[in-house]
Amino acid sequence: MRPLSYARADDASAAIALVAAHPEGAFLAGGTTEIDLTRQDVLRPELLVDINHLPLDGVEDLPDGGLRIGALARMSDVARAPAVTERFPMISQALVLGASAQLRNMASMGGNLCQRVRCGYFRDVTSPCNKRDPGSGCGALDGFHRGHAILGVSDQCIATHPSDVAVALVALDAVVHIRGPGGQRAIGIDDFFLLPGDTPDREHPLDHGELITAIEVPALPTARRSVYLKFRDRQSYEFALASVAAAIRVEDGTVTGARLALGGVGTKPWRARRAEAALFGQPASEDSFAEAAREELTQATPRQQNAFKVELARRVIVRALNTLMDGEAR
Amino acid sequence: MSTDVISLPATRGPEAGTVMLSVNGQQRELRLEPRVSLLDALREHLGLTGSKKGCDQGTCGACTVWVDGRRMLACLTLAVTCEGREVTTIEGLSSDGELHPMQAAFVDRDAFQCGYCTPGQIMSAVALLEEGRAADDAEIAEWMSGNICRCAAYPNIRAAIRDVRDAAGGER
Repeated sequence: MRPLSYARADDASAAIALVAAHPEGAFLAGGTTEIDLTRQDVLRPELLVDINHLPLDGVEDLPDGGLRIGALARMSDVARAPAVTERFPMISQALVLGASAQLRNMASMGGNLCQRVRCGYFRDVTSPCNKRDPGSGCGALDGFHRGHAILGVSDQCIATHPSDVAVALVALDAVVHIRGPGGQRAIGIDDFFLLPGDTPDREHPLDHGELITAIEVPALPTARRSVYLKFRDRQSYEFALASVAAAIRVEDGTVTGARLALGGVGTKPWRARRAEAALFGQPASEDSFAEAAREELTQATPRQQNAFKVELARRVIVRALNTLMDGEAR
Repeated sequence: MSTDVISLPATRGPEAGTVMLSVNGQQRELRLEPRVSLLDALREHLGLTGSKKGCDQGTCGACTVWVDGRRMLACLTLAVTCEGREVTTIEGLSSDGELHPMQAAFVDRDAFQCGYCTPGQIMSAVALLEEGRAADDAEIAEWMSGNICRCAAYPNIRAAIRDVRDAAGGER
């Protein structure tokens, strides 16, 4: 690892000012991505500002039934918070199905949203990668891309967004709260994740020195019976080949609302708006679910090795909706 | 917000400086660069070689230690970030030459072959019982999945964990 400097911040203003003042400065939270990629020479921070002592680790109820999750709350603590397990089970399930117990004790929620892709060409500094080294090319397009994305891809980058919990948060219309040298702002989470397009190096709209302070999840009564299903090569401690966060509202056998988002198949956590629209007003039947899933995946751009993900993603959507309906019947 | 009214925290490094660590209940003073991992500080600077360096990229779990009582990966933790926290390694698990019950159960159940992953397995296993995630074999397997054993001693590791769980009167 290259030499670097370190500072421990006791308040957010100081942390932001210090990172903002240093062009190669970066915040250090759980470090599970950052230390790994710095050791691999993919990231080259010259100053790490330790924000782990900032008081941003709470999980609080909002008056309207929503949640405010502090950016430094750890994945493990959020996963077992009663407000999360009771009102937003898809968040808890997505967290527990990600990483390992040790990593979940370390990794923060803000850091989870900022984690980098696991594309082997991104991690290998000797390979071309438009995300790591803009303009150098993409090793995955004609290389090994079995795990890569089929939705939201560009001819510059097809790396899959790796987060599980971000998929649930996208389904729930969470809001990312940010503080920076210029003040505070809030961004809807779907806009927080950028498609690669011609600038795959830019993954979110944070400016240098801007810090995520909290993630707010608006109330959604339907989410009390929500699920996160994840399919992967191993049963545990592995990234998704395809996953889905799902909630559905059914009245008199008709779908009157649905929230669906996909993981493991998109260059960003993928809100399945086409499927949601296709479900609305339809009978809550497997035929409707299959049609909605088919509709969502019509926009897929598979490549040779990851073409299986199209059918897998369809089936994962149908499985999740069937699972929710089975719960309804009981 | 203007930066001139904010007092910026002190910056340390990149050269080595004093780092105070509390390891297994003892205060230790070290000269470390900020880039030194907790794992390297333990192994190379304190001679505590129980924690193992398997992958050095957060994949294998051989470096599992406790920081403030929670199991974490020492390879992805910078030592300097542990100032003010309590670090516990496999060397701190036994007391007065008596094996911790989990260590004894690993011996009793032959829960290892080469032994390289064993310190991490044991640190994880004790934490697992504290977390209350050892109800059955499936749950043990899921919550121990961050500790990889290439000799595949998994059935015996689970047996050792079950023994300690049951001896403690069920899940705590």
